[in-house]
Amino acid sequence: MKRTLFLTLVVIAFLGALISTRTGVAGDGRTKSVAPLVKDNPLSNLWSGFYYAKTETKDMQLDDFENPGMLYVEEGEALFNKTAGKADKSCASCHGNVAVSMKEAGARYPVYYPPLKRLINLEQRINLCRSEFQKAERLEYESRELLALTAYVRHQSKGVPVRVKVDGAAEPFFEKGKAFYYQRRGQLDMACSHCHEGNYGKMIRSNQLSQGQANGFPTYRLKWQGLGSLHRRFRGCNKQVRAKPYAFGSENYVNLELYLNWRGGGLEVETPAVRN
Amino acid sequence: MCTPFSGRGKAFAWLPAGLFSVAVLVTPLTFASLLYAADSGDKSREAESSLVSFEIIDNIHSKAIPKSLTGKKGNPKRGEVVMINRKLGNCLACHHLSRFDEKAKALPNKYGDMGEVGPPLDAVAERYDAGQLRLLLVDAKEVFPDTIMPAFYKVKGLHRVLPDYEGKPILEPQDIEDVLSFLLTLK
Repeated sequence: MKRTLFLTLVVIAFLGALISTRTGVAGDGRTKSVAPLVKDNPLSNLWSGFYYAKTETKDMQLDDFENPGMLYVEEGEALFNKTAGKADKSCASCHGNVAVSMKEAGARYPVYYPPLKRLINLEQRINLCRSEFQKAERLEYESRELLALTAYVRHQSKGVPVRVKVDGAAEPFFEKGKAFYYQRRGQLDMACSHCHEGNYGKMIRSNQLSQGQANGFPTYRLKWQGLGSLHRRFRGCNKQVRAKPYAFGSENYVNLELYLNWRGGGLEVETPAVRN
Repeated sequence: MCTPFSGRGKAFAWLPAGLFSVAVLVTPLTFASLLYAADSGDKSREAESSLVSFEIIDNIHSKAIPKSLTGKKGNPKRGEVVMINRKLGNCLACHHLSRFDEKAKALPNKYGDMGEVGPPLDAVAERYDAGQLRLLLVDAKEVFPDTIMPAFYKVKGLHRVLPDYEGKPILEPQDIEDVLSFLLTLK
């Protein structure tokens, strides 16, 4: 009897150890890593950029009154409910209760969009809605309005684990995004993988390299003193390795966006995140 | 995986130069040698660039550029300036050097925030000889194909380089020689 009990305890301890190597809790007690959704993810443990942020930055993100990104979310809410364009409709005219209708959207984009035969991200979905249904002018990428609307919509998915569709029609675009990720570029001749897959957690000068996860975007960056899109971050990374960046909303970046969200599949949406 | 310098240093037992020497790369300076490079096909990697010519010696156990890029000796004092400069070598972005620990406290703008992406540079001259180090500076990917470390003297085979940097190596040949001479003091 005692022997059985002992063996059971040993098995439980072993399983516990096994699970704890798959996920972990950071020293601050506020960050959990998650196991990837898919087994072919090259990362065995997923860490949101939140984990690599300084304590003050984490505090700022977690407090809705302190989080400067929430100003954009509020602006986005106003825009969402305001009529625009010749059709005299607001986003809310079609989408109704946003907490329900948009609960998953922020965790699922980019998606394959058959009429264009390519992927579209959230920003592009918003602009398509404007031109198709609201008969309104499209908003410029990285404009305050588009950032605010995107942040408001994705904020509805806060806490929802990212899960993007990468098979079927999306697959060739996923593959292109993956190829982009591993392509060396610029005078410094580095691929995304060199910092964010092979060296995350290490210090490069005064910055700790993260896994380059996308779950907090649009993100308020202290360096920007404002909210910025994932594509702005891509452009910054490209320029840092002295490579020609692509345009905001370019197909290359949307493909990469899909690939990154697949790498981060399982991490919760944090929009608007705060980072340094 | 992509870890730079993943323990392959041991394979670098340095054999006497010339024992198995094969010149794998000749970068031509003159028009005539440009033509030669075009004819010889595979040797034209640095052709049509403004880079000075150099030879990579590959003797199976070790790759190296034994000769100075400029024919001159390096200046270790200037080398230190080039290596710490964030717009030039910026070596400390990735490498730690214990010799600089005190200076890092006194002059944080210059020596502070040493990174940990690459291996520490302590005693690097005991691990590699001059020719091997020169090659690691010129193009570390000749030795470690997956490394994150940029090639400091290379302009070809790069993808989408920003126009400001196009056709220009990160460092000039004498910069390489100066940094090298500084690294050789690390014993």
